[in-house]
Amino acid sequence: MTEGAVQLDEAGLDGLIQALRRKGRRVIGPKWADDAIVNDEISGVADLPAGWGDELEGGRYRLVRRDDGALFGYTLTAQGWKRVLHPPAVTLFSAAKTADGYALTPAAAEPAPMAFLGVRACEIAAIAAQVQVFETDPGHQARRNAALIIAVECGRAGATCFCASMGTGPAVTGGYDIKLVELEGRRFIAQAGSAAGAEILAELNAPAAAAVSQNPAMGRLMAAETARSLSEFAEHPRWDEVAKRCLACGNCTMVCPTCFCTTVEDQTSLTGDTASRVRRWDSCFSVEFSYIHGGAVRTQGRSRYRQWITHKLSSWHTQFGRSGCTGCGRCIVWCPVGIDITEEVRAIDATREGR
Amino acid sequence: MSGPCSDPMQPRPFRITKVRKELSDTVTMDLEPVDGGAFAYLPGQFNMLYVFGTGEVPISISGDPAEGSRLVHTIRAVGAVSGALCSVKKGGVVGVRGPYGMPWPVEVGHGHDLVFVAGGVGLAPLRPAIYQAMHDRAKFGRVVVLYGARTPDDILFRKEVEQWRSRFDLEVAVTVDRAVGDWNGNVGVVTKLIERAGFDPTSTVSFVCGPEVMMRFAAQSLQKRGVPAEGIYLSMERNMKCGCGLCGHCQWGPHFVCKDGPVFRYDRIASMLTVREL
Repeated sequence: MTEGAVQLDEAGLDGLIQALRRKGRRVIGPKWADDAIVNDEISGVADLPAGWGDELEGGRYRLVRRDDGALFGYTLTAQGWKRVLHPPAVTLFSAAKTADGYALTPAAAEPAPMAFLGVRACEIAAIAAQVQVFETDPGHQARRNAALIIAVECGRAGATCFCASMGTGPAVTGGYDIKLVELEGRRFIAQAGSAAGAEILAELNAPAAAAVSQNPAMGRLMAAETARSLSEFAEHPRWDEVAKRCLACGNCTMVCPTCFCTTVEDQTSLTGDTASRVRRWDSCFSVEFSYIHGGAVRTQGRSRYRQWITHKLSSWHTQFGRSGCTGCGRCIVWCPVGIDITEEVRAIDATREGR
Repeated sequence: MSGPCSDPMQPRPFRITKVRKELSDTVTMDLEPVDGGAFAYLPGQFNMLYVFGTGEVPISISGDPAEGSRLVHTIRAVGAVSGALCSVKKGGVVGVRGPYGMPWPVEVGHGHDLVFVAGGVGLAPLRPAIYQAMHDRAKFGRVVVLYGARTPDDILFRKEVEQWRSRFDLEVAVTVDRAVGDWNGNVGVVTKLIERAGFDPTSTVSFVCGPEVMMRFAAQSLQKRGVPAEGIYLSMERNMKCGCGLCGHCQWGPHFVCKDGPVFRYDRIASMLTVREL
């Protein structure tokens, strides 16, 4: 299904969005909000962040105007598709007291059909990684299956990007229903990657075009070999050093598109007759995360940072046969003190102590 | 869809049919599914037990797996949820998700001596395996139960342990950290019992459950006697919110304790046990 690329102008892209909406899909795509680009429901091309780009650095995110008016000229939305597919809070069930116990009401409703517009290559990898983690979670699978993926290939790499090192990008090579490449003048080459994508493109009656791909270079590298073997460096002195800078705020885990940890909260009505369980994002940077009676397992900052990065880059291979890092760089951008995951691995790579 | 994770977060209501007070802070309860169905599990597995509106905690199953639909849990009140569980009365309903986790591989001990080493409330997760060993008694060489409690008042399943001690086909030794009252038995750590128990170290499988530090020393003592690391199994404890590998809390190195454990073969985790705060 790689043949049959078509060309869309701005109106054609709007036609694509409207076709998705006519099919009953909620279209979620990039929008300008509060000086950031975020994913939100969009009703047409006019909602897209035309002419906005971003500057990404350790601990720094700034939107900047571009002079070419590009619709997808930013690098990444502040948060990824995790917010939709693995929502920050999910009610698991509600329960009501009965004469001889309680009755449960499952909360899981069938998710409404969606289309994700503007999915980057690293984000396709992140979605796939979480689908794997949540293999046995029917709610997650249902949300994923309800979403059509409209990928948009990156025209340039952000300063914090390192997807090339992680093998997830920048070129979009699979996992999409439709892939878009933005050309100058808000023109797009669209290519179907699934039957559902091909069906929608066919409806647009757009002129045929040659398929293209973009492959921007990026400056940041991950020392992949050492990253993968981080679990062997549990006693490296770097953990003490990074702990001096790390605030254990958990921002990296919130913006990471693959971090999946959750906790549960039990809520009761004031009368105590009804109760509900809510699953919420949690972070391995909190002390309570590892609490067992008698105390937390990971009391020190060094052990919590070590847990996060070791799981992400090393244990994930053992658990799921791939890295948990897609190279999106969000953890670098949103770290309030600018801790750089690639730099931490390089520091360990430089000495390879603490085995 | 099959298995416990087909609807992984929905607890199944169970009615409490019997409650026995074991110790000042510990109870054992019998539970039966409200829907009348069966509940099959293997020794060493655990359930997530839900108390209406309060929360959910992982608790090992302490009953006899051969007993049809009766589910038995022994619970020590150490926090809000376990405390609430311990105060649910006979006739009350709690939610059960499970069974979860890798079991004690009792069959690995066929043809060998079987040595159970328990510390404190750690006897509860071992009891289903002890029952299974007694059902299949002829398949094992010597069966040894070594148990350490803090004080004589903290000896779990005391009457039953005394019955076990009176059997000719079980060797049972109990020690306490602190002797109080009229205790005339062993005093000291459980590793001392390992040093002198009657079993053939070259043909022994050992199941160890108790506080992590106790398990570490017990495994070392067993090895010192000559039991190979591959013959020693420990049951680990970590924070768990889901029980089935989704919440991430119980991760220990590359393992999800809930589904890769809680029972681990010692040689596969020995190096991790010595890393602080892993």
